[in-house]
Amino acid sequence: MTDRAGLGYLKGLDYAVVQQCMHCGLCLPTCPTYDATHLERHSPRGRVALMRAIADDRLAPTKTFGEEMYFCLGCLACMTACPAGVNYAELFEHARAEVERVGQLATPKRSLIRWFTVKWLFLDLRRLLFFGRLLRLYQACGLQCLVRRSGVLRLLPKRLQELEALTPDIPPRFSAGLIAEVTPAVGPRRHRVAMLTGCAQDLIFSEVNRDTVEVLAHNGCEVYTPRPQHCCGSLHGHNGEIELARQLARTNLEQFPPDQFDAIITNAGGCGSHLKHFSHLLAADPAYRKRAEAWDQKCKDVHEWLAAIGLRPPRANGAPPVVVTYHESCHLSHGQKVVAQPRQLLRAIPNLNLVELAESNWCCGSAGIYNLIQPEMAQQLLERKLDHLAATGATVVATANPGCQLQLLNGAKQRGLNVRVAHPMTLLAEAYRRSA
Amino acid sequence: MPLAPPVLAGLEQLLGPENVLTSAEDLIPYSFDGTAALRQMPGAVVFASTTPQVVAALKLANETHTAIVTRGSGTGLSGGSLPSPDCVVLCLVKMDQILELDRANLTLLVEAGATTQAVADAAAAAGLFYPPDPGSMKISTIGGNVAENSGGLRGLKYGVTRNYVMGLEVVLAHGEVLWTGNKCVKDVAGYSLRDLFIGSEGTLGVITKVLLKLIPKPPAKRTLLATFAQMDQAAQTVSDIIAAQVIPCTLEFLDRTTIHCVDDYAKIGLPRDCEALLLMESDGHPAVVQEEVAQMVALARQNHCQEVRVAQTDEEASRLASARRTAFSALARVAPTTILEDATVPRSELAHMVRFVAAVAQKHRLRVGTFGHMGDGNLHPTFLTDERNADEMHRVELAFQEIFDEAVRLGGTITGEHGIGVAKKKFLAQFAGDAQMRVLRELRRILDPRGILNPGKVCDPLTS
Ligand SMILES: Cc1cc2nc3c(=O)[nH]c(=O)nc-3n(C[C@H](O)[C@H](O)[C@H](O)COP(=O)(O)OP(=O)(O)OC[C@H]3O[C@@H](n4cnc5c(N)ncnc54)[C@H](O)[C@@H]3O)c2cc1C
Ligand code: SF4
Ligand code: SF4
Repeated sequence: MTDRAGLGYLKGLDYAVVQQCMHCGLCLPTCPTYDATHLERHSPRGRVALMRAIADDRLAPTKTFGEEMYFCLGCLACMTACPAGVNYAELFEHARAEVERVGQLATPKRSLIRWFTVKWLFLDLRRLLFFGRLLRLYQACGLQCLVRRSGVLRLLPKRLQELEALTPDIPPRFSAGLIAEVTPAVGPRRHRVAMLTGCAQDLIFSEVNRDTVEVLAHNGCEVYTPRPQHCCGSLHGHNGEIELARQLARTNLEQFPPDQFDAIITNAGGCGSHLKHFSHLLAADPAYRKRAEAWDQKCKDVHEWLAAIGLRPPRANGAPPVVVTYHESCHLSHGQKVVAQPRQLLRAIPNLNLVELAESNWCCGSAGIYNLIQPEMAQQLLERKLDHLAATGATVVATANPGCQLQLLNGAKQRGLNVRVAHPMTLLAEAYRRSA
Repeated sequence: MPLAPPVLAGLEQLLGPENVLTSAEDLIPYSFDGTAALRQMPGAVVFASTTPQVVAALKLANETHTAIVTRGSGTGLSGGSLPSPDCVVLCLVKMDQILELDRANLTLLVEAGATTQAVADAAAAAGLFYPPDPGSMKISTIGGNVAENSGGLRGLKYGVTRNYVMGLEVVLAHGEVLWTGNKCVKDVAGYSLRDLFIGSEGTLGVITKVLLKLIPKPPAKRTLLATFAQMDQAAQTVSDIIAAQVIPCTLEFLDRTTIHCVDDYAKIGLPRDCEALLLMESDGHPAVVQEEVAQMVALARQNHCQEVRVAQTDEEASRLASARRTAFSALARVAPTTILEDATVPRSELAHMVRFVAAVAQKHRLRVGTFGHMGDGNLHPTFLTDERNADEMHRVELAFQEIFDEAVRLGGTITGEHGIGVAKKKFLAQFAGDAQMRVLRELRRILDPRGILNPGKVCDPLTS
């Protein structure tokens, strides 16, 4: 990705990528924003046409264009649908980078929030976890309840009140407190893998990381989980901060030399879809290119990895049957095309009855930080998801991305739906524990 | 001349400001349809949600001599919904209600913006069947299907859109509403205006409602693939199947290039080591299906097919059909500009035509991928090129001229299902002859005296 000769990211992009869309429209019915509005501008075909217009100099990167690029969920459903092989992910990242480059959307408030999140908080995991601790303190000491009850929140602007309601419950301990640096395989060691603990996953769902490591260990993997870890840069890449994304990719390559592991494991769909493309990100970096290529080969989503090495199914243990459904994280299914494996792993749990969720690969509205910046559209998508969820009659919904997990948790709470939201690794880990 | 402000203001008042788009960012996405290498900015894009709104918009346009280009989902392949300069694009995708399913008369009444898929699903939900299934069915609108008289993968046995249209609501250029047709199986009261509007490509009126015929769902179905080492063997197999008076539901053809592109996308393990593949489907009574399948297999073998594979499950069969529907788009994987043709020949001439296309491509040094509804005699030779390469684009044009000439010489047509639009406009006169052209143009003048409907498409109106 380059801003070649200062021309801009879209003009610098290989024209073959920009030109690839032959405007057949086959992606339209799978695009959530087109489905909601029926406007071509909000469709993949329309968005690609706008990007191409900019590359062709028929349109300037206007504010309206910028807004459009942030109305797109980045869910990549269009890539699954597109027979012509349009690389929407790449176009989209370049388009957002272009929007940031020209600064059409910049307002003091937006700049401050972006600086705080993308450029400060998520650039150094220690800051993020420190921030998490503060939040945890706020919650644990009863302050949150007190504040919520006191009505002080009503003094805040409506949007902030809504955001406060979305704050996740922060677990008492993060991954480093739950997972040893080296976890030995249960039984003979067949593989040596590294575990990426992620940002949001670590902050909000650190037990999912612990469960993932447990499951890996049960499947003959020795798991290396160094600390402190660093953000993978997906948040930055998806939000127009290509350079920061590169910087973080290099940091990760330093920490996890790919040749030392059989696999580098991620359990968060959103991260995986970014992590697997370091070679592309660093294509122009002679010092890291080779290592990035090796990394891309080794980097695996945990479901993909377990299915490939052959899961050791947990033993039946007389636990009562449970009806589970599966919501696909966009970046796991559309971004990484990992579709069958999570279902296959879930079915391996003895007491588990997997029922299909209608539109299981339709975005839930979480979409990274989309639910924070486009609350209306995000809420519509959440409602649609919850309707389908309720129709399954499942008591558990499995999903493999922290954003989705949080979104569904909040949704279920809003609606008073009595469903548990859990990562497939958590369900598997519980099954191993039960049969131990 | 850009759209006059009073026209825009009028449209906003009639349709609501949110349904009138004028910014560059809103218009660029409507400046093309599914046809390669055509682009034109409209003056505005408007959405109507009801027939009275269409009426009001057309009245205003007619009074102000404003060009109206009706648009469904813009998947057309002849430039039919390509804007004319500074026109108003009237987009009907928000008129997408399924209005009535009549189980007693086996009909379905829908608004024109409903997708073909929604129509098929509504029929299936009632245990019935709507056969026309163009490759674009997931998103194409029924109004667009009627306006193009679209075909599909089942045309051989079940016919095309026309065969399922029982009635139409059409808004005429000056805003009058016309109903033609009804739920009766027979009706000879007056000329069949319904048939006039089918295939009219947005030049004679705006279709707002469609009354469709549904049929019972066939009880059994089998899908098979046959592969061939030579393309003309596959073509000959199709000719032989027809000559043996076997009329299966589907006989689709894919050449090597297309097979590879489709399988690179769909990853369903299509056989790759062959020059041609036939996707064949038989449906109906189980005994008939069994017999038809046996006959088709025998004829394929007689033409030295390499292998026959039978789909084991319904899911596998529908995966094959879905994959086939992506053929055209999938060809874009190997070249950015895919210009496809729609020539159709009598089915006895298929093997000759397939050889002819290959020879023309070679002569003009062009890459071609050919697929099509072979059972209908309808081939889609698709030239794989790059619109920025002017020399190659010129050779594509020469190749098309030769293919058209040959199709016509064989008693075929220049377009089987994609319509004339702008892409084939210059070939129409030669094909249709003077008398037909005169009647076409007079009809157009009578129905649209001011020439506001889709100007520049199909044929030019008579200038008096
Ligand atoms: C991948 C792909 C596969 C395809 N496969 C097939 C196929 O198998 N068979 C086939 O026949 N075609 C096929 N097509 C062509 C195309 O999909 C059809 O012509 C379809 O009917 C167009 O529908 P639309 O809603 O997109 O119409 P548009 O492209 O928007 O419009 C097509 C024409 O109809 C007119 N029109 C649209 N709606 C109305 C209305 N309500 N009233 C009056 N005029 C109207 C427009 O003015 C225009 O002239 C394919 C296209 C693609 C991209
Ligand atoms: S993105 Fe792909 S599916 Fe969508 S219009 Fe372009 S080529 Fe067709
Ligand atoms: S990424 Fe999702 S929202 Fe964006 S264009 Fe593609 S399908 Fe639509």
